[in-house]
This record gives sequence, C-alpha cells and structure tokens, in this order.
Amino acid sequence: MPLGEHSARAAVASVCDPELPGLTLEDLGVLRSVEVDAAGAVLVLLTPTYSGCPALDAMREDVLKALRAAGFPRAKVEFTLTPPWSTSMLGPRARERMRALGIAPPGVGSTPISITLKCPNCGSLRTEETSRFGTTSCKSLWRCRSCGEPFEHFKALH
Amino acid sequence: MSSASAVAAPADLVEYCLRLGDDCLVLSHRLSEWTGHAHDFEEDVALANLALDLLGQARNLLSYAGEIEGRGRDEDSLAYWRDDRDFRNCLLVEQPNGDFAMTMVRHLFFSAHQVALHQRLLGSSDATLAAVAGKAVKEARYHRDHAALWVVRLGAGTEESHRRASAAVTALLPLVGELFEEDALVQRLVSNAAIPDPGQISAEWNTYVDATLREATLDRPQVASRSGGRRGLHSEHLGHLLAEMQHLHRSHPDASW
Repeated sequence: MPLGEHSARAAVASVCDPELPGLTLEDLGVLRSVEVDAAGAVLVLLTPTYSGCPALDAMREDVLKALRAAGFPRAKVEFTLTPPWSTSMLGPRARERMRALGIAPPGVGSTPISITLKCPNCGSLRTEETSRFGTTSCKSLWRCRSCGEPFEHFKALH
Repeated sequence: MSSASAVAAPADLVEYCLRLGDDCLVLSHRLSEWTGHAHDFEEDVALANLALDLLGQARNLLSYAGEIEGRGRDEDSLAYWRDDRDFRNCLLVEQPNGDFAMTMVRHLFFSAHQVALHQRLLGSSDATLAAVAGKAVKEARYHRDHAALWVVRLGAGTEESHRRASAAVTALLPLVGELFEEDALVQRLVSNAAIPDPGQISAEWNTYVDATLREATLDRPQVASRSGGRRGLHSEHLGHLLAEMQHLHRSHPDASW
C-alpha cells in the first residue's frame, strides 16, 4: 500500500457514523475501500446499510472533510450495493462499542432472530421487543422487564 | 432464469424499473401519511421506517431508469415531473390508507410479493437490478413479518378488528392479480432472464399469504381481478397523492434545504 493510501485510509477510517456516534464507518463495515491514484486523488467506496439510509449525504460530507484535513483536497465518495451489506460485515470492535453506547448488538451467528437480548443497562435477560423498527433503519426498540429501561438493538441483517 | 436468449432491451428495462420504482415511491408516500397518526409511538416509528426503506428502493430504481434512458432525467425529475398517466405503479399501492387494518393488509400483500420477486431477481441477467434486489429483499422480509404479525393480531383479535381486517382483504384482493400480470414486456424480460416468471412469484405469494390468513382466521374470497396501473390507467386516488407529493417541487423547482 503506497504511503498516501495508508494515511487516506486512516483518515476515512476514523469518521464516525452520523447516527451512531462512537462507531466508525469502518466498525460498521460501511467502508469498502480507499484508493489514491498517481495524482493524489482519493476514491472512497462506501456501502449503505439500508436502501433508504438518510445518513448517506452526511457520511459523504464527513468523509470529504476528514480527507481535506488529512491533506487530500481532491476526493470522491461513491456508493456500491454489491455485495449487499449485512451484520456479518461489522468490524471486531463494533459490538463492544455498541454495548458502550447502550445498544444491544446483533448476535454473531446467522440465526435470523434472537430469542432474547441481554439488557445493556443491567444485564438481565428478561427483556422484550416493543417494536421491530427503531429510531434508525438499523435498530429495533426493546424494554428491560427487570430494570424497566428501554433500549435499542442493532438488528441482525443477513 | 438460466437460459438467457438475449440481453434485455434498454427501453424494456426502463419501463420495468419505472413499474417497480413507482410501486415503492407511491407506497412510501402513502405510509408517510401515517406519521403522527398511528395508535402508538412504536407503530408510528415502524411505519416511517417502512416508508423510508421503500423510498430508498424507489431512488435506486428511478435513478437507474433515468440512467439507462439517457435523456437526462434523474430520480427527482422522474418523481416530480411526471403526471399520473405516466406513472407505472400497480393499483394496490395507490389505495388510500383507510384504517390500520387496510394499511397492514395492503402491506402484507405488497411485501409478500416483494420478497418473492426480489429473491429471484438476485439471479437477474441485469447486474444493477440484481444489486438493487439484493438490498431490497432483506428489507422486504422485515416488512412482510411486521405486516403478517399485525394481520394475524387483527384477524384473530376482537370481533371489531376481525371485521375490519376481513373488509380490508375483500377490498384489496381484486388488486393483487396485477402484481403477477404477464404482459408483452414481462414476457420479453423473462425470456432475457432479466426477471423471474410471474407464475413462480404468485405461487410463493399464495403459499405465504394463505398461511397468514388462515392463522388470522380470515377467509380469502374469490374475486375478479382489476388492473391498469402498469399502463398508466390509475384510480382517482393517485392524482390526489401526486398533487400533494409534487406540489412543493413544482412550485419551487430549485428549492433546497
């Protein structure tokens, strides 16, 4: 990897998801590739989590801003749909960071539905789903019957 | 879809993408009309989520239609500057929301079709259609599960909820046949291996919907089919929907946030 590519990649990898601050585009598996051509122009390839993800424009702006700050004024962000994003593309630190944000992460295997979730607040397994759809496309709403706290779950998508 | 006889004609792909894209756009708009009106906060959020997924799918399909067409029309010009006769959505999606039972039965019928269709579009000879379907099928499964849960809950619920769910099934079933209609365009695209055989889609649809209606203790009456949307012959409801959807953009063409 050329030197420029390395620092461009590092700049893009540090950009956080606009709707999940604390998780980077790399953690989420949304960042596909970063290429720098001979003239120093950067091409970043991202993939959306959901077709209607309204954060794509904000992501593009944030990536371009991070690249400008890292000394890459000429950059372009493109989106690709293939292969389609799934929760298996989450990075190694993603689940831990979700827990830190109070979001119950998706399971690791390919089971389409979790039977129950652990409350990120008190650790109880006495939890229930209140809605399959949450404040963003990628999350559902849950409630803990032990501590009474509502919490979000990052949905599994296979 | 294994024996591709030829590459699909660009004009055929444009027309087909308009059909699928307009389905998503119009239903997305209908669902967004619920925002702030659902019976609880969770369902309000759920309906907005369904609408958002469909809007994203519509954008993908209409952008692609505009791109193949090559006449400089982008997603926005296709959404905002066509009149009702140029829309290619099916009659089902333009039906008014009615009560919550009507909205959920409509969504069950539509999303069961989307799942069956998109699963097979993954093998399309057209790479972009396959890629768009690859995203949409995952979303449609969530939609179908959500709608099925509600239809069962309403159908097998109280006398009143059963009556309403039953009325919705009777009202909307005549519009389902259009989803599987096999006209000349569909036949050409099937022979190009660009799209699946509608017979396979309707078989899967019947299996899923029949099982759901049974669980919901709802009858499936025999009805005569109505169609016309794919040829631009819509019910009066679409004009009203478009008037609201297109008004701002047409009044202020260069407006931006």
